[in-house]
Amino acid sequence: MSVLVVMEQYGGDWNRMSFEALSAGQQIAADMGARASAAVLGNGLSKLAGELRGADLEIVYTVEHPLLENYTADGYTAALEAVLKAKKPSLVLFPHTYQARDFAPKLATRFSQALVSDVIGHRVESGSLTLVRQYFQGKLNGDLRALGSGPHFASIQAGAYRSDRLARGQATVEAFTPELNAASIRNKPEPPFREAERAVDLTTADIIVSVGRGIKEKDNLPLVEELARTLNAELAASRPICDNGWLPMERQVGSSGQTVSPKLYIAVGISGAIQHLVGMKGARTIVAINKDENAPIFEVADYGIQGDLFEVVPALVKELKKIR
Amino acid sequence: MKIIVAIKQVPVRDSVLQVDASGKWIRESELSFEVNEPDAYALEEALQLKERYGGEVIALCAGPARVSQAIREALAKGADRAIHVESDDLGAADSLGIARLLASAIRSEQPDLVLTGLQSDDLGYGQTGVIMAELLGFPHSTIIMQVEAAGSSVRVKRELENGWFQWMELPLPAVLTIQSGISKLRYATLMGIKKARTKEVKRLSAAELGGLAAPVLSVEKVYLPQKTKETQMLDGTPAEAAAALVEKLRFEARVL
Ligand SMILES: Cc1cc2nc3c(=O)[nH]c(=O)nc-3n(C[C@H](O)[C@H](O)[C@H](O)COP(=O)(O)OP(=O)(O)OC[C@H]3O[C@@H](n4cnc5c(N)ncnc54)[C@H](O)[C@@H]3O)c2cc1C
Repeated sequence: MSVLVVMEQYGGDWNRMSFEALSAGQQIAADMGARASAAVLGNGLSKLAGELRGADLEIVYTVEHPLLENYTADGYTAALEAVLKAKKPSLVLFPHTYQARDFAPKLATRFSQALVSDVIGHRVESGSLTLVRQYFQGKLNGDLRALGSGPHFASIQAGAYRSDRLARGQATVEAFTPELNAASIRNKPEPPFREAERAVDLTTADIIVSVGRGIKEKDNLPLVEELARTLNAELAASRPICDNGWLPMERQVGSSGQTVSPKLYIAVGISGAIQHLVGMKGARTIVAINKDENAPIFEVADYGIQGDLFEVVPALVKELKKIR
Repeated sequence: MKIIVAIKQVPVRDSVLQVDASGKWIRESELSFEVNEPDAYALEEALQLKERYGGEVIALCAGPARVSQAIREALAKGADRAIHVESDDLGAADSLGIARLLASAIRSEQPDLVLTGLQSDDLGYGQTGVIMAELLGFPHSTIIMQVEAAGSSVRVKRELENGWFQWMELPLPAVLTIQSGISKLRYATLMGIKKARTKEVKRLSAAELGGLAAPVLSVEKVYLPQKTKETQMLDGTPAEAAAALVEKLRFEARVL
């Protein structure tokens, strides 16, 4: 049994979720009586590799090639295929990032395997590994086992394992130079960019009232707008509200929107999908109003009201007006 | 441009989920189904590409008899024809097994572009498009927010994390997974619904496509997640709950 964690970097900086995957790798390896190794891909990786020397890892592989300078699915898949064939790990872990979503299923397919994506936990019973993942955007959990001789593949959901629990130790750095040819890399990526500066900065807001699809129609928005006004709060939203054009994109909270940490976050009719949670779970106090008692948002809420937002929000406004 | 759109039918949002007798999946018999939302956006993008560049849109859907509803909807919105991969036991299949069936249905059509949603609202594996690309030998790109055709290639805008984006050029044929919100969804018109009845739906059995391969993942059980956080639930009438909440926010959390 051996575990290989594929770390993610961009332009010499880590994607911080890599350390959560690394922590997961260490814990799974320990439970299986093994040690984890790590791999990082790119071109010019000595600084990053040096930062992993102090972690409890068997080997840190620096997979370097000029064609890995910029991420492409073809380049990363070919390079890792070579690493896996040479080093034969039994389990390969990734952070569940946009990049891993883009190439990890392709890599797994090369080995006639399927990626267990978005893993939130694991169990080891008599030497056999069970992975836990969510279905229905967090409303249901499932226990899975990967079959066959492997290698097996899994990606780790944001926030499921804690990077501050990384075990310290000593790691050996080992270079791995894959053979790649430019003609086999079909995608031509251009440099990443951001859209024009955001007109709304939610990151400095003290109080945020955030609205989700539970509001049903654009015409119902004045209900939450009044709640925001009463609290002197910024109005924010889950992605579908912005997708529908009911509120501008710059008011979206989550992995593809803003990451906020106000002292009070009131989620109204938001189910609590992981992509929303990563953007707001750093709030000091979280309130959720939702008609579904099993909505995942209650898992991060300090206070919850299970009920119809069309009754609860007006009652809350009335109550707040008494003290303001 | 010849475009195939792979769409999936999933339980309607806000369905009440109950684990079935096997403990390995949910009871589907009492549920209603709808087109997976990101797939609806993939269909919309395909129709818009056809409007801009000409060509044909083919809807591809695997599943039991109930998915003909999803197929009819795609045809009514403007897809030219459809392929239904008929199978009653896809529930037990993993992402690799499903993608194999779809890829073999796609292969003989020789499309220029294959579109699908970036993930399904039920299983949420987020892999079908990427695996199909690998099986077909096509390049791919994921989480796409804009598509422009450029002769024998496409230029696409990928969404990255935290508000970043990236343009990427891929040679055709290619597979793209589409992000929700790429454009505004259309409704089927009455005319469209009428026309849909006359459009071709090719039915293929899983066996004709090489059969469903033995699974590489096994779902041992599904269950409602255990609550780990102590959420204080405020009960009573809306007025009582609201009053209790304001009290808590003022004197316990001290955030008001
Ligand atoms: C790559 C990627 C990136 C994404 N990025 C983001 C992001 O940045 N931000 C984001 O938010 N999402 C993002 N998403 C989408 C995310 O997965 C969810 O689909 C989305 O957050 C769901 O929004 P919602 O909770 O408003 O809607 P739903 O999930 O539909 O939930 C609506 C909720 O309202 C409740 N409700 C309905 N009626 C009432 C009522 N009358 N009273 C009270 N409650 C009611 C329901 O019980 C339900 O819980 C992303 C997805 C992907 C795949």
